[in-house]
Amino acid sequence: MQAISKRNNDARLTSAQPVSFKPLAILSHGQRLTADRAFKLVAGGISSIVLVILVAIVFELYQQSRLSIDAFGIEFIWGTVWDPAISEVFGALPVIYGTLVTSVLALLFGVPLSLGTAIVLSELAPQSLRSPASFVVELLAAIPSVIYGLWGIFTLAPALRDYAYPAVQSALGFLPLFQGPISGLGVLTGGIILAIMIIPTVSAVSRDVLAAVPDTQREAAFALGASRWQAAKTVLSYGRSGIIGATILGLGRAVGETMAITMVIGNRFDIFTSLFEPGYTMAAIIANEFTEATFDLYLSALIEVGLILFIVATTVNVVARLIVWRSMKMVRGAVLE
Amino acid sequence: MIPSHPSLRRAKDRAMIVLCVLALGIALIPLVSILTSILLNGVGVLNLSFFTELPAAVGESGGGIANAIQGTLILIATASVIGVPIGIIAGIYLSEYRESKLASVVRFFTDVLTEFPSIVIGIFAYTVIVLYFRSFSVIAGAFALSVIMLPIVIRTTEEAVRLVPNNIREAGIALGLPRWKTTTRIVVPAARSGIVTGTMLSLARAAGETAPLLLTAFNSFYWFSCMTKPVASLSMYIFIFSISPFPDWRAKAWGAALVLMLMILTLSIVVRYVTRGRYGLHA
Repeated sequence: MQAISKRNNDARLTSAQPVSFKPLAILSHGQRLTADRAFKLVAGGISSIVLVILVAIVFELYQQSRLSIDAFGIEFIWGTVWDPAISEVFGALPVIYGTLVTSVLALLFGVPLSLGTAIVLSELAPQSLRSPASFVVELLAAIPSVIYGLWGIFTLAPALRDYAYPAVQSALGFLPLFQGPISGLGVLTGGIILAIMIIPTVSAVSRDVLAAVPDTQREAAFALGASRWQAAKTVLSYGRSGIIGATILGLGRAVGETMAITMVIGNRFDIFTSLFEPGYTMAAIIANEFTEATFDLYLSALIEVGLILFIVATTVNVVARLIVWRSMKMVRGAVLE
Repeated sequence: MIPSHPSLRRAKDRAMIVLCVLALGIALIPLVSILTSILLNGVGVLNLSFFTELPAAVGESGGGIANAIQGTLILIATASVIGVPIGIIAGIYLSEYRESKLASVVRFFTDVLTEFPSIVIGIFAYTVIVLYFRSFSVIAGAFALSVIMLPIVIRTTEEAVRLVPNNIREAGIALGLPRWKTTTRIVVPAARSGIVTGTMLSLARAAGETAPLLLTAFNSFYWFSCMTKPVASLSMYIFIFSISPFPDWRAKAWGAALVLMLMILTLSIVVRYVTRGRYGLHA
């Protein structure tokens, strides 16, 4: 094959007629530009589908919750009655409160663990262990939410009910937070399962932020006689804003998480005081009642809860992205200077 | 600042390092516990009829998850037909025309879409498709899953295509190829394995999604019948069977969880194997 083409080339070279030499590109310069432009246009058009979907989601959520917005107005946000049966009045405060409390609990438990993990993965572990250890932590993110829920109901909740919670209650039972009967399924269990679920996100982003801190920082710390922990502390304070961003990203995850929390939080529409009590979150009420919503206003109220959830989750995420992005840029920019 | 005593400093150093390693250890306890719970509770349920039969009625023994496996495969396949081509083309665009204003806008909103609560995407699919057909359907479920897959495919494709060295693009242009041909014939094939990886990651994610299916494909105790009817899926099977009061159903939920987890772990580990060494330096 090669020999033949070589012979052809030779023939072409010795040919008296230059016409037989075919240029590689058949299109003229102008045509080529048009084809390029068309390609860019088509690919750009297809990329814009993302924007179309986003706009459509916002539009649909608003449109479908109009009925509820018109009926209850702004009071929907602080209404505490959810009565589809008789008065047909809906208010979302208990689920907003439940979402808030479980998410804060998730950060309280999840962030310190994630930070410790990130420090090990980026500062302390031997180079050869870092990548496999990161993979194992990220496996936590590959487990579907519904399997977390299954495990939460049958493994985590009984263990907490029988061992952890009685101990907590006997030590801190004087606080209203830890009073009342213990069933295992409740707000605290929900917070704990959310904490587990945000660990892969928060630790992976924090690890990336720490890894982006220039080595000169570590070297400078060690050169001044810092211990490994002191050096890690320097690196941490250098990547501080990125870590705040990672935390907020975890908050966004926790706010929108649905299946696992629905399965362990107990699903009671109420403003709870004790963390052992059952509660409800925005995502959980949608998951539980959506298919049972028998009349339009009920469905519309649920979609309005979805709209609030969407606004909260998106705001939190956009803020987090901007912070992470700015901090990474700042850190990288500092390397260049 | 008064420097602390050297031995105190060393002790503090040790203590903090131990705490950090402890944090990693605690973070891994749930992973180990989940995997062992699934294995211990799930293996006992597995037998041939579990894979070949429809779910049995309450009280009857036997029954399986055959329709749920079928449903999950159909949902994922349909979702990929919608989401993957769009995702790949958009990812190529984001990488090859990264200087354009549209690219940076799309990139930002793709990230926003990645973090969308999946139940909100379920509501969207419900209002757009379920209300239109007046029935839960395969189409609605697949549509919701494709919206979830889209940002994953886009960002991994973008990363993969961007990693192709620039001199390959320059070589194509220098040979007189138009830019679009350089992109489709040279750059994209060079990034193929990365693109396949991203697609598989998105499949793994879609296979485990439950919340959007609750509002779209719902569930069924029978085989797949048509695209505009509800369909079973492994994740919905796990949800419904685990919150049921029957011990036999709960045991079967663990069995289904084992099957789903094996599917997802296989995908993740294959991805890990395919990309081994390739992105290791950057990760």
